[in-house]
Amino acid sequence: MNLHEYQGKELLQKYGVAIQRGIVIDDASKALSAFEELQKETGTEFAVIKAQIHAGGRGKGGGVKLAKNKEEVVENVNNILGMMLKTPQTPGGLNGPGKLVRKVLIAEDVYAPDFDACKEYYISIMMDRAKKRNVIIYSTEGGMNIEEVAEKTPHLVHKEHVDPALGLLPFQMRKIAFDLGLSGQAFKEMTRFISKLYAAFVGSDASLFEINPCLKTGDDRILAVDCKVSLDNNALYRHKDLAEQRDESEEDPTEVEARKHGLNYVKLDGNVGCMVNGAGLAMATMDIIKLSGGDPANFLDVGGTADAERVEAGFRIILRDKNVKAILINIFGGIVRCDRVANGIVDAYKNMGGIDVPLIVRLQGTNADVAKKIIDESGLAVHSAILLKDAARLVTEVLA
Amino acid sequence: MSVLVNKDSKVIVQGFTGKEGTFHAEQMIEYGTNVVGGVTPGKGGQTHLGKPVFNTVADAVRQAGADTSVIFVPPAFAGDAIMEAADAGIKVIICITEGIPTQDMVKVREYIKDRDTRLVGPNCPGVITPGAAKCGIMPGFIHREGKIGIVSRSGTLTYEAVDQVTKAGMGQSTCIGIGGDPIIGTTTKDAVELFMNDPDTEGIIMIGEIGGTMEAEAAQYVKEFGTKPVVGFIAGQTAPKGRTMGHAGAIIGGAEDTAAAKMKIMEECGIHVVKSPADIGETMYKVLHG
Repeated sequence: MNLHEYQGKELLQKYGVAIQRGIVIDDASKALSAFEELQKETGTEFAVIKAQIHAGGRGKGGGVKLAKNKEEVVENVNNILGMMLKTPQTPGGLNGPGKLVRKVLIAEDVYAPDFDACKEYYISIMMDRAKKRNVIIYSTEGGMNIEEVAEKTPHLVHKEHVDPALGLLPFQMRKIAFDLGLSGQAFKEMTRFISKLYAAFVGSDASLFEINPCLKTGDDRILAVDCKVSLDNNALYRHKDLAEQRDESEEDPTEVEARKHGLNYVKLDGNVGCMVNGAGLAMATMDIIKLSGGDPANFLDVGGTADAERVEAGFRIILRDKNVKAILINIFGGIVRCDRVANGIVDAYKNMGGIDVPLIVRLQGTNADVAKKIIDESGLAVHSAILLKDAARLVTEVLA
Repeated sequence: MSVLVNKDSKVIVQGFTGKEGTFHAEQMIEYGTNVVGGVTPGKGGQTHLGKPVFNTVADAVRQAGADTSVIFVPPAFAGDAIMEAADAGIKVIICITEGIPTQDMVKVREYIKDRDTRLVGPNCPGVITPGAAKCGIMPGFIHREGKIGIVSRSGTLTYEAVDQVTKAGMGQSTCIGIGGDPIIGTTTKDAVELFMNDPDTEGIIMIGEIGGTMEAEAAQYVKEFGTKPVVGFIAGQTAPKGRTMGHAGAIIGGAEDTAAAKMKIMEECGIHVVKSPADIGETMYKVLHG
């Protein structure tokens, strides 16, 4: 689960991490009062208006603007709030439809008064799968695309792994601050920043923190100007306050609905829908659709209980996509009996009053023969198969 | 012979009296697995499914000689259950539980890494040695005793491979579901190594998916030390970048996470890579029998 910048900053602040302060609004009429409040609180002269969407590269699409007076604040808020913001990371990239901006953050100008004395850094924390430990990745090249930095100048990207039993140690914090070329007050501030940032990462069960840029101000303070926070879905049960911050309007509405039915659905761009039990088999089914001459329209894992209700919900979700020209159901029945799944499919089909696209049902495993008979004798326009290669051939045939 | 579990394994079930634990323990016993009891804290001294219930894993080891544990404890407590088993001296810990927080597993991994124990999973279907021991949730009847070792990150896709192997007239030495999480105890390479050293395994099927570098490591091992044919498949050739595909660990972050990159390395290391999941069994048969 991803947080917005303003939510991530609230989380950081709770752990004592210094941040660029701001006020979030969802209504342009509140722009002026928010700006005045921010000036009173922080003493900032200018303000930065930042679109709050779940995508990076917001500045490239015009979603981040500096406002030097009240009029510019109002003008920029009016422009950004409600716009379809296109960034390299929104669906379809800069040529796609973009994402609707529902909230903006009016933030203090932390680069004033001594812009030239400011320095930007990159800091992120994540779990390193290969080493099975958390890793802090940092660089003096802040404010840039870190993947590009890593590719062109790998020696400028540093990594520090953390011992899970001991936690982040003081010498590691010093090493990071030294590597970033800091000294004096800024050095001390950076060690404190890293220490609290790591505590926030572990304390919130995050899967990613990315602070880019992390800023050294003209008066040697260290603070997070932007932050990207992703949380571990499996740990949300112990962070109810964070779980409540999920912004479903940022997600594909179909995927949100699927989740409510206990289905794991990811929308893709192809023409053959699929419904499968198990994530690995679901990916393999997508692959077999491609090899059979189609393109997968989705990933959909129905999980362990493929009953009529879930199958029907799955059908409705798949069929909402008008590109879908055929559907392949692939169930390997282990504990789930195939005859039950077959009855579920028949019931769902009848409840829906038929399905307009060719349906291929492949049931294998416990009671597969009985299941095929149920499908074949149901009188429904359904192609049935037991072997995976037969299902693949049927996909090719119905698309021809 | 076989790897990890056999008919002499003394198996306990952690989370024995819960709904999942009860259902699957019953199936394991029915299959002929040597289940010597189970653990549910607070229910020690009772009898469940005709087997003794212990309060702690240490009691189960002391009193029933347990050396293998299958864990069905809910995610919030499963990390603790793994560490309890490791501390009690269980040699093979198989954790079925799905949804354990990643940071819990970071700690678990650190706790068990220097102990004399092997963790399989979490978020896996378990381990089965056909005809000898079923330690997990897989349907027993699709398996057949034989000479093919199977390692996979997935549940139903493993069953698919097993079924193809059985239908092609072969059987399985042992099937290891290593799990779909980012942090797991036994890696693809670990499992392949076990099979290479098992005199009764003649061929190995290795099923991977997008995300991580496990398959590449296993492929390097096969290249350097391989003595038996390996057939490989990677699920997710059509998966988009940056999206988690069901399994928490199945996500393409960088270039090395993709199916194409993994398939290329596997091929370069001498593994028989199949593009279609429908060809796994037949390819294994052809490689072994021409």
